[in-house]
Amino acid sequence: MQMANLIPVATTVGANKIVPTISIPYPLGDPATSPQEQWKLRYHRVGVALDALTADIQEQTVFKVKY
Amino acid sequence: MKKAIVYLNQFFGQIGGEDKADFAPVLKEGLVGPAQEFNRRLEAEVTHTVICGDNYMGSREEEAVQQILDALADKEFDIFLAGPAFQAGRYGNACGVICKAVKQRFKVPVLTSMHVENPGVEMFSKDIVIFKGGRSAAAMRKNIKAMATYANKLLSGQELFDAQTEGYFGRGIRHQVWRPDQKPAADRAVEMLLKKLKGEAFVSELPIPELEKVAIAPPVTDLSQATIAFATSGGIVPKENPDRIQSASATRWGRYSIKGLERLAGGEYKTIHAGYDPTAVDADPNVCVPVDALRAYEREGKIGKLHEYFYSTVGTGTTQAEAARMGQEMIEYFQNEGVDAVVLLST
Repeated sequence: MQMANLIPVATTVGANKIVPTISIPYPLGDPATSPQEQWKLRYHRVGVALDALTADIQEQTVFKVKY
Repeated sequence: MKKAIVYLNQFFGQIGGEDKADFAPVLKEGLVGPAQEFNRRLEAEVTHTVICGDNYMGSREEEAVQQILDALADKEFDIFLAGPAFQAGRYGNACGVICKAVKQRFKVPVLTSMHVENPGVEMFSKDIVIFKGGRSAAAMRKNIKAMATYANKLLSGQELFDAQTEGYFGRGIRHQVWRPDQKPAADRAVEMLLKKLKGEAFVSELPIPELEKVAIAPPVTDLSQATIAFATSGGIVPKENPDRIQSASATRWGRYSIKGLERLAGGEYKTIHAGYDPTAVDADPNVCVPVDALRAYEREGKIGKLHEYFYSTVGTGTTQAEAARMGQEMIEYFQNEGVDAVVLLST
């Protein structure tokens, strides 16, 4: 499974399970936000990525994130 | 005088047709069949001809390759030429297999030729130089001439050009070259764009390889028992960059132990990726390699174990061919060390 900011690129090169990150230079935590906010976002998205490993998908899937 | 060895199947090696396709490999001194034409065109002497049945190579590949490599072991040669294989699928496979093996073992240039629809092109064009050949033996002389012309340039150390110019299938390798016209990239790009806007034909300098479908991996059934590894193309490395991974167009990768680490400390780890602003990642490498969050999930029991290493390379300017090779190399470690699933993060 792949965590990526450029979803169209990840899709084009054939990644099957994709979880969005928030940017290229700071995929899992915006330095302009508080450490607590960064942690909440990172913990959440890594959790979505881990859950995605167990998902039984039939086609390329971009998983939804809340934070 | 430089020396060459030619590989042929049972048919072109004059052993026989389909009924002789199980013919075990032999190494003959001198010239058989197309080897004569190679000898005439090459600025080298063809000293031997290897002949092997296509079915023998197809169904007993390991044996066939070993026998041929053994037979070649005490021969001196500067180049190895196979085929041309035209549109013959099994012959194309055989030429690809033996060229790849000879190149790996003896470190000499290897060349072959196939028609674009030969499955061998898809299978081996990333590994070896395969010239764009004709459909049938009617193109024999022409295809041999193309191979021999390139071989002569190789052997005499002349300047080589890109795959398109030379006439072989691209290997997905990029080289830095000085253009004779010295026209900068910006000018060339704008010229292309203008042509596109006018509806005129133009040729991209960066053709995107066709999408290869990757099979969907079976789901992890029990995450709480699984060992999870993390890999990134974001260029995170220990600050000394011990594997000297390149900052762009990487051909190297590294794996770094995170045993006992709760998080990656800024100042101890950094990114060497030249394609994005490193400020945020250098300050807190966990925003790219989230060891802190993965450890939290390990403690909570959501995952069985975080693998002892994280894996890293640089994705910018890196070709798909290099990326695929590095991925394959990483997979060996994952498989040998009991990793059940991998999370990748690209920047």
